[in-house]
Amino acid sequence: MTLPPDESAQELWVDDEAGPIVRPYALTRGRTRPTKGSLLDLISLVVTVRSPAEYDVGIGPEQHKVVSLCRRPLSVAEVAAYLNLPIGTVRVLLGDLLDRQLVQVREPRPPTDLPDDSIFKAVINGLRAL
Amino acid sequence: MDFERSDGPVVGPRVPTATKILIAGGFGVGKTTMVGAVSETKPLRTEEVLSEKGVPVDDIAGVEQKTTTTVAMDFGRITISDDLVLYLFGTPGQDRFWFVWDELALGALGAIVLADTRRLADCFPSVDYFERHGTPFIVAVNSFEGARRYDIVEVRAALDLDPNVPVMLCDARQRQSSKEVLIALLEHARRQPSRNRRPEPVQ
Repeated sequence: MTLPPDESAQELWVDDEAGPIVRPYALTRGRTRPTKGSLLDLISLVVTVRSPAEYDVGIGPEQHKVVSLCRRPLSVAEVAAYLNLPIGTVRVLLGDLLDRQLVQVREPRPPTDLPDDSIFKAVINGLRAL
Repeated sequence: MDFERSDGPVVGPRVPTATKILIAGGFGVGKTTMVGAVSETKPLRTEEVLSEKGVPVDDIAGVEQKTTTTVAMDFGRITISDDLVLYLFGTPGQDRFWFVWDELALGALGAIVLADTRRLADCFPSVDYFERHGTPFIVAVNSFEGARRYDIVEVRAALDLDPNVPVMLCDARQRQSSKEVLIALLEHARRQPSRNRRPEPVQ
């Protein structure tokens, strides 16, 4: 039985070797799963909490874009569309930003909860007002 | 006290919650048109790249080297209030990608099945999917120019719908008409006692 390769070593290898190649897996330094963003739904809303500071090393250009875009709340799906990146890649990038508390995320109502009638009312009234 | 890992941000901006409605139906029936008719932005497109492992029903005979599949989803946004945002998702192609539908349908307020009377059978799989998963839905017949105006009764009979499922005519290009379809869906969905129960696993 072989153990999975050391995560930090793998990450270092990909990061160093990937260089300027901007493939989705390079943007995420080879990772396909976010550190803590695994719950990120397509319609989880992301909003910027603060701009990256000097001590926020390792924040890539795409993540700077996310921070800039999400000054108004945007869904994970919108972030992916505006960055023109696959959802999975965006989930990883957002996981990093969440770790650093650069963004805050509001998950949608859990699917096991019945939607409150007030949600239906609010959406119906909102649509009528359009 | 850990500075980096305090429980939740001390000061945070107010973040609204989001909810969603699905727009399903056969290829070319006008799903993205309807999304664009009511969305506050032009329809956006997002892609999910899936590994071969995640595409169990995909017939890859002849293209064995292809190990990933890209599923594109068109969607739009309507900001209802400072607290609530509605997303409209056009569902990706029928007959494959059911697992993407599962993700989309989970927690959705409901679904609109767009039908084209020239190709009514194209919406059978959508109707079947939402019936099986208990997702509240209505059928909206997109009235294409030149298409024969079916009687709603005929459509209902052809689709063998439950009597309480609303069927209506619409013009997916028109904002007002598309709005009316959305409102009709929500009025229907809020009356459903079993709404949004957990989807059953796909057979």
